[in-house]
Amino acid sequence: MHQGELLDDILDQYPEKPEYLIFLLQDIQSKYGYISQDSMGQACEHAGVPLTQGYSVATFYQSFRLDPSGEHDIRVCMGTACHLKGAQRIVDDLSRKLNIKSGETTQDLRYTLSTVNCVGACALAPVIVVDEEYKSGMTAKKMDKQLKIMENELTEDTKEQGNA
Amino acid sequence: MPDLNTATAIDLNQWHLKSEQDLIELQKRIIESTDPNRPEIVVCHGTGCLANASDKVSEALKAGLAKAGINAKVMPGIKKTGCQGFCSRGPLVLIRPQGLFYQQVKARDADEIIEKTLMRGEIVKRLLYKDPKTKKAIATEQEIPFYKLQKRVVLKNIGKIDPTDILDTISSGGYQALAKALTSMTPEQVVAEVEKSGLRGRGGAGFPAGRKWRSALTAIKKKGRPVYVVVNGDEGDPGAFMDRTIMEGDPHSVLEGLIIGAYALGAQNGYLYVRAEYPLAIKHLEKAMEQARCLGLLGENILNTGFSFDARINRGAGAFVCGESTALFTSIEGKPGNPRPKYVRSVEEGLWGRPTVLNNVETWANVPLIIRKGANWYSGLGVSNSTGTKVFSLVGKVNNVGLVEVPMGVPVSRIVEEIGGGVPGGAPFKAVQTGGPSGGCIPYSLKETPVDFDSLTKAGSMMGSGAMIVMDDSDCVVDVGRYFLRFLEEESCGKCLPCRLGLSRMREVLDRFSQGKGSEKEIDDLINLSQAIVDGALCALGSSAPNPVLTTIRYFKDEYLAHVQDQKCPAGVCKDLITYRIDEEKCTGCTACSKQCPSNCISGEKKKIHVIDASSCIKCGICKESCKFGAVLTV
Repeated sequence: MHQGELLDDILDQYPEKPEYLIFLLQDIQSKYGYISQDSMGQACEHAGVPLTQGYSVATFYQSFRLDPSGEHDIRVCMGTACHLKGAQRIVDDLSRKLNIKSGETTQDLRYTLSTVNCVGACALAPVIVVDEEYKSGMTAKKMDKQLKIMENELTEDTKEQGNA
Repeated sequence: MPDLNTATAIDLNQWHLKSEQDLIELQKRIIESTDPNRPEIVVCHGTGCLANASDKVSEALKAGLAKAGINAKVMPGIKKTGCQGFCSRGPLVLIRPQGLFYQQVKARDADEIIEKTLMRGEIVKRLLYKDPKTKKAIATEQEIPFYKLQKRVVLKNIGKIDPTDILDTISSGGYQALAKALTSMTPEQVVAEVEKSGLRGRGGAGFPAGRKWRSALTAIKKKGRPVYVVVNGDEGDPGAFMDRTIMEGDPHSVLEGLIIGAYALGAQNGYLYVRAEYPLAIKHLEKAMEQARCLGLLGENILNTGFSFDARINRGAGAFVCGESTALFTSIEGKPGNPRPKYVRSVEEGLWGRPTVLNNVETWANVPLIIRKGANWYSGLGVSNSTGTKVFSLVGKVNNVGLVEVPMGVPVSRIVEEIGGGVPGGAPFKAVQTGGPSGGCIPYSLKETPVDFDSLTKAGSMMGSGAMIVMDDSDCVVDVGRYFLRFLEEESCGKCLPCRLGLSRMREVLDRFSQGKGSEKEIDDLINLSQAIVDGALCALGSSAPNPVLTTIRYFKDEYLAHVQDQKCPAGVCKDLITYRIDEEKCTGCTACSKQCPSNCISGEKKKIHVIDASSCIKCGICKESCKFGAVLTV
């Protein structure tokens, strides 16, 4: 979001009470992909809690991000079934290919790589979730294909933007 | 175009139920307006099947039907289905009224299904399930061992009804338990019935639900109302997905249980705390609540009995500890999910400091069954101290991955070997991990252990929420121990020292073991440290955390010793103790491994034997993963 943009459409949905802080942060994150300093300020003011409490909540829960996330969100499931079937290998492979660690975003803001405890899709192990889509039985080879698909989409997007 | 979607011609908005009779009348009308002989195609839209493109299958079926002009009901779109449980064979398609069971169906099979099965009444043989032992094709769901050996009580509607249509639920008897409780039972009788049923909490510890409710009544006498009822849908145990399936596939069963509980305790407000990783569950619950309100089953003056109750959903935000009762309450209050010491129990001082009854999703879903069929019927299922059934998610190194519901007390072997079909390849399983990060391993030698709360605890494990992870000889117990410790180390809220520091120390010891360092004495140190954590941690996350390590030391001490004394990892998992090598007899020179190798340490020409240069190998394991001939070995 841009600095100074008002979040009224989100804020108006919730009563001005501290118990709605998590709701507010979740909505902000799902709309903007992260919680900026400015939006944190607005959320805390609306909920009537000090900024420190906002950050305390945002850093306690794994799902909140305080930095902009990439255009594509790649989450590797680290559940037990996935672990036994090589989830760590998938994370390491992605780390090498994208040149980032889990929890980081590539410099060009294209990909964010993270791990998730278990997505409960154990029949598909090892599974990754790419932009809300489940990809089953992942291997290094399948990952190459997946990255290629996303790479192509991105180039097309850039082309379109260039034409417009 | 034929009417493909709507189950009945009944308009929800024209019904506002004002009595038990109204509900029964509505059920009658739905059944009357549905033609029992009308062919019905049920496409599983559970997460597993969806990931394998079951949505494309239902779209193709829908398009094909429209083209063929057949009158049938497809359950298309994510909106309209639930998980049928046999996830490893997905996408699943069920054809009624014949009850035909097609598995691993692809979109391109749609036309053939329509042409052969729907138009000519023939079976598409290649889509049938084949018993791996007898090699015989099986036509109907009921005959497949995976389903046949189960006792589906809680799951009975899932995969059969449309979870986004309350009418489908009502047609199968939904909300009749609520009507019965509200019109012919006092709140006291409801509590007594749940007590009598012997129902124990399905979330982990197995605390008797009736006793919890009774304690809440006592607390209310002392402190007055309000009292809150809460659904724990923060299913965090890795490998567990039964609660997700219930919320997604039969959300009304949870809601009905919650409303009955609210009536029994006199609660006016309830909360459903659902994991953020389960967006479909949240969507289906929201829809269920909206439709229940519309029919007068939730909200003001339910069924015109004067009883009012409403509930709201709180999405979790990715913290495992929030599955713990007091942490869950602080999260609902909008704060970081830190647990508190339970000198005062949460039934007395829970959410907002008020008496609160928190039960797990599956526990709540059992309540309507108990009220409708009676405590005696319920306690006739299972064994004396563990009544009813339990839903397990059977995952890992097992042929039939999916959801299994069996009466409490059946042996581990029945679940893993008979229902699950054993380990791929036919070798005996090494161990079954139950209870998630708080549980332990049951080794093959104890495979006849009955699966009930007390027997599992006696074996050093626990029921937990019902994840059963099957391990085979290629899984290392030291590695699994490290995995769970790392998991809990990250998830520890950090409030108490035994958990915050103790788990890290334990993990460091195991890290050393995995490098071949350490000694037998350190195994004993690990046991002592475990005991200190069990005794000193503030909440169950910490106090149960050492279980995976303790049980593996108990049953697999030799494997620990192999690491620390011989510097060997018998399962071939711990990186520092293995080297990768190519079996010259098996290598076909297909170059798959060398193409994928990130460190370019595999050399060899096409159709010639390949060689791994151990000095530059980073042991990532990608070569082994990519070899189709099993030629990459770990030694």
